[in-house]
Amino acid sequence: MVRPVSFTINGEPVRVTTDEDRMLLWVLRYDLGLTGTKFGCGEGLCGACSVIVGTEAVRSCSTKVKDIEGKQVLTIEGLSQDGHLHPLQGAFLERHAFQCGYCTSGMIVNAYALLLKKPRPTREEVVKAMDDNLCRCGSHTRILEAIDAAAAAMSGGVR
Amino acid sequence: MNGEGNLSRREFLSLAGASGLYVFFRIEDLLAQEPARLGGRPGYPTDFNAYLRIGEDGRTTCLVGKVELGQGAMTSLAQLLAEELDVPFGSVDMVMGDTDLCPWDMGTFGSLSIRQFGPVLRSAAAEARAVLLQLGAERLQVPPDRLQVKDGVISKLGDPGTHITYAQLVQGRRIERHLEKVPVKPPKEFRVVGRAAARKDALEKVTGRARYAADIGLPGTLHARIVRPPAHGATLKDADTDRVANVPGATVIRDGDLIAVLHECPDLADRALALVKAQFDRPAPAVDDATIFGHLLKNAPAAQTLGESGNLEEGEKSAAAVFDRTYLNSYVAHTPMETHSALARIENGKVTVWASTQTPFGIKAQVAQALGFPPEKVRIITPYVGGGFGGKSASRQAIEAARLARITGRPVQVVFDRAEEFFYDTFRPAAVVKIRSGLTSAGKIAFWDFKVLCAGEREAKHFYDIPNQRTVSAGGWQGGQPTGLHPFAVGPWRAPSVNTNTFARESQIDIMAAKAGSDPLQFRLSHVSDPRMVRVLKAAAEAFRWTPKPAPSGRGFGVACATYLGTYVATFAEVAVDRATGRVRVSRVVCAQDMGLVVNPDGARQQTEGAIAMGLGYALTEEVRFRGGEVLTRNFDTYEVPRFSWLPTIETVLIENPDTPASGCGEPPIVCMGAVVANAIHDATGARLFQLPMTPARIKAALRT
Ligand code: FES
Ligand code: FES
Repeated sequence: MVRPVSFTINGEPVRVTTDEDRMLLWVLRYDLGLTGTKFGCGEGLCGACSVIVGTEAVRSCSTKVKDIEGKQVLTIEGLSQDGHLHPLQGAFLERHAFQCGYCTSGMIVNAYALLLKKPRPTREEVVKAMDDNLCRCGSHTRILEAIDAAAAAMSGGVR
Repeated sequence: MNGEGNLSRREFLSLAGASGLYVFFRIEDLLAQEPARLGGRPGYPTDFNAYLRIGEDGRTTCLVGKVELGQGAMTSLAQLLAEELDVPFGSVDMVMGDTDLCPWDMGTFGSLSIRQFGPVLRSAAAEARAVLLQLGAERLQVPPDRLQVKDGVISKLGDPGTHITYAQLVQGRRIERHLEKVPVKPPKEFRVVGRAAARKDALEKVTGRARYAADIGLPGTLHARIVRPPAHGATLKDADTDRVANVPGATVIRDGDLIAVLHECPDLADRALALVKAQFDRPAPAVDDATIFGHLLKNAPAAQTLGESGNLEEGEKSAAAVFDRTYLNSYVAHTPMETHSALARIENGKVTVWASTQTPFGIKAQVAQALGFPPEKVRIITPYVGGGFGGKSASRQAIEAARLARITGRPVQVVFDRAEEFFYDTFRPAAVVKIRSGLTSAGKIAFWDFKVLCAGEREAKHFYDIPNQRTVSAGGWQGGQPTGLHPFAVGPWRAPSVNTNTFARESQIDIMAAKAGSDPLQFRLSHVSDPRMVRVLKAAAEAFRWTPKPAPSGRGFGVACATYLGTYVATFAEVAVDRATGRVRVSRVVCAQDMGLVVNPDGARQQTEGAIAMGLGYALTEEVRFRGGEVLTRNFDTYEVPRFSWLPTIETVLIENPDTPASGCGEPPIVCMGAVVANAIHDATGARLFQLPMTPARIKAALRT
């Protein structure tokens, strides 16, 4: 059914009039022009399309717009504030925790949700939380290191 | 507006790879200045202006036909330019893979960006620097040998007040003077090359601003989903597209065999596509993933002898033990995270295609042919590419988008879904290697008879000291197979041929080492005299803290070594095998490489880490399932690629060898992964695996025998 659906995107309220059964990924990328969120598999298997809804990372390729009505959505574009990179972005940048960069938005967003819940995760917890985000370039080692570094920076010091 | 549609120049340059920084000459000027090229097979232009522009703002734009796939070419090529031109690395902006702006290039693959194109770019920059120095000497009225250049400023030795910048000299114009045979810098003078450099693509990639082909938005774009056959070789009988009208806004285009459903939203195009009822005639499947190896053995093309020496018969007579082994590997997919994508627009009789591709100039010719346009009416722009690994040399999506743009008169985007990505992938070919070899009673290799079918000849020849030997290859990944040999397309996959050839060779060497009761490292060293190979083996062994012991030692240690187009690589690994489940955990990998000059050590490390992680996939799980031309593997649930939880600790050792030309590092470190894991599994359990991938089922089967 086509109808207006309202939610918040990166802090801004929006209202899109669209088929409510469409997946959020396509509404973000084409209706709202937020192309930082990527398509990788379309079936919830790769994590390239991860965004934050409320405080959880969700797969936007498999989340209907009607299910985010009234909720707060955060995408990679909303992570930096006033021109400052989020510590996760800074750590990914500094450590070159990417190669082609196609998985990177999903990685950062997924790690963001992890750190919301667990500001100082152990390595095992990080691996577990990130395991369903795929990176074909093999940037894994650096991604784990970047998440560790960001967690340390955000909680004000090295463990 | 500058004719770039709705993209501002800033955006345009940014998506072409210039990191969003302004350059002060106009695009139209660049177009006008494109150097004349010969028809037929073009080579690299000789005029250095084709590769670089010095802006009035002091920034330098470097133009290259290579593309950024993730391998860091944007950064390492900028380092080479900055080094030879003597400008700050940070002042170099890269424009890559734009067929109107950049000099011709064959394509970005084979670790050639640095090995083959690096010298071209270096000499262009060195010549430009020498010309600038001459111009500066004339302007400052100081002989050139009394001048120095630093960061784009020419100044008088001992009198820094007397100076002029490149930007002041050039004033945004083309440099018309040329010099012959200007030498490049000797490595000991390097300031930028050989050191870590901040990646030029970093900021865009961590902020989501990096644009890939599917991210290019043009107003009025239609998204196309195309009716695909259920199997390669199937032919369309009939298609009923009436129900597409149930999705408001969806339209159907038929153009010969091409049936596309278009919509302004890609997901709604997809929804409409599901309503098309198409019928196909399908040939009976001739072969599947189980019967493929027998099929290849029977149907492979004629074999070529790549090399032989000594006398195999004599060798066999001198052998105390003979080993006859067959090694198999399955079809392997590229699966870059970004699927093949393209956006095509036709304006004023010229088509522009933004495409995810490794071969922009190759596609240019294909699009020109498909549309019947002259080549100068085709422009390919390559934004960031989300991984290639050899699989983005084929780019049917660009042609489809261009055809549909012409028919509809609107920009058309084609983005493969994951099933299409598997279906149209040019897989690493399934292959068979047969080796017959022997050992003397003194534990020396007496003879070696190596025959590879369908993987290709690259690095099939070994580097061991063996008196009697022969290497034979039949077929390969390049095509030209007998029709029907493979049920679908095959092509280059990161380090084509070499993963297969190395798996077989290094497994066989290990089998002989075990039979000889020798430590596998010592056995190799006693058959190698090339000092570069000796050095990587020893360096890796030391970092691994290898202690000699014949296999199977129960430790789960493996070793393998290889050469790849001039790079020497030795890889050691430690694994644990769960005998009950057949699962392997690779806990530690050490990889030593001698790649000659290392342009960007951090980049080389990163490529090595990536190759090792990726290599675990073809070693352990990656295998395309199919029945005839039907590709049964459609998504990541049935095609397992490496994950965080698989990750070993990785240690990379880069051998210092700056006086040997750079030979590339994106591919070599992946080639040992099949063999090193196989050898480590044998060391752990005594079981020998002869087929890749080494799945739990195959490991359990090997443990039983
Ligand atoms: S695109 Fe959503 S999980 Fe892969
Ligand atoms: S960096 Fe390429 S997929 Fe992760």
